[in-house]
Amino acid sequence: MSKTMKRTFILLIGVLAVIAVLFMNASRPAAGYGIGDYASDFELPNIDGEMVSLSDYSGVKGFIVIFTCNTCPYAKAYESRIIDLDKEYASKGFPVIAINPNDINKQPGDSMEEMKKRSKNKGYTFPYLRDNTQTVAKSFGATKTPHVYVLKKEAEEKYKVEFIGAIDNSPNDPGDVSEVYVEDAINALLNGEKPVVTEKRAIGCTIKWS
Amino acid sequence: MKKIVIWCMVLMSFSLSAQLVEPIKFTKLQEKILSSNSELTVFNFWATWCAPCIKELPHFETLNSKDNVKVYLVSLDFPDQLDKVRKFISKKNLNSEVLFLDEKDPDTYISKVSQEWSGAIPATLFVTDLGKTFFYEKAFDKEELEKTVNEYLY
Repeated sequence: MSKTMKRTFILLIGVLAVIAVLFMNASRPAAGYGIGDYASDFELPNIDGEMVSLSDYSGVKGFIVIFTCNTCPYAKAYESRIIDLDKEYASKGFPVIAINPNDINKQPGDSMEEMKKRSKNKGYTFPYLRDNTQTVAKSFGATKTPHVYVLKKEAEEKYKVEFIGAIDNSPNDPGDVSEVYVEDAINALLNGEKPVVTEKRAIGCTIKWS
Repeated sequence: MKKIVIWCMVLMSFSLSAQLVEPIKFTKLQEKILSSNSELTVFNFWATWCAPCIKELPHFETLNSKDNVKVYLVSLDFPDQLDKVRKFISKKNLNSEVLFLDEKDPDTYISKVSQEWSGAIPATLFVTDLGKTFFYEKAFDKEELEKTVNEYLY
């Protein structure tokens, strides 16, 4: 090997190393979806033993995907409002899909068995899926429960993220709600408009990561 | 007589350690964030219902032994849970100043605390005396917190 070849070789290795480091750093934070991104479909087990994917649904206009759980007080505070959302909007083309991403070693109350009980006792009208590997929560960029994503189905396998965040502006007191963010977003989409408010934050329990 | 003296001391120590927590609005909290005058001021956002928050509380409590660090524990418990928070404080004998945030709509303050905050707790904001802020949406273990604090102190 000539000296120049050696130098080029070393330089090349150096450049590759730098690229590798940049690439690793760029891919490290699980940033998740932003408004306008397209959500990937997933396949997760439901409390009835069946697997559920977005593509299973025909004739829908979109989805209300909610990362939630049995154990977080905020999730519990919103539970009946989530059921109401499904009752109101499933028939209009926006069904609720609830996903529980909590690690069951850290939060045994979120096991599939407990999910089944809760769903039955509270009369969930929507699928309640278990994200055991937490890959769906990570791909969405969910950080807490409850964490809502309103998706608009533009075409097959094209699920556009139109709203992220909180259901309304009064987590503690359902009687004191004056802004209904998720409802407003879906009503806009049903009217063929863009939601005015696309992101609202709420307090929630950190997802119990494995 | 001895017994009475001891009882008096016990009662006094109770009344000294028991801080009376009152609800505050976010504007008050924001003032504290903007006008922190310790070398490092730590705002830890927690709630009595948040298990990972309770787990990391003792680590924040030990920070009070440092003269140049001021710790605020900002409770995000539901507004009707003030009594529960008060009981928790006296039971755990918390030394840090506890603030009971009384706001209805979290969206109005979350992004003002930090743009990086999605709203999950535990979450912690560090403010240096130069007004620099560092935000973490995560739980700390003892070593991590120590390391982080030292990093911002020196």
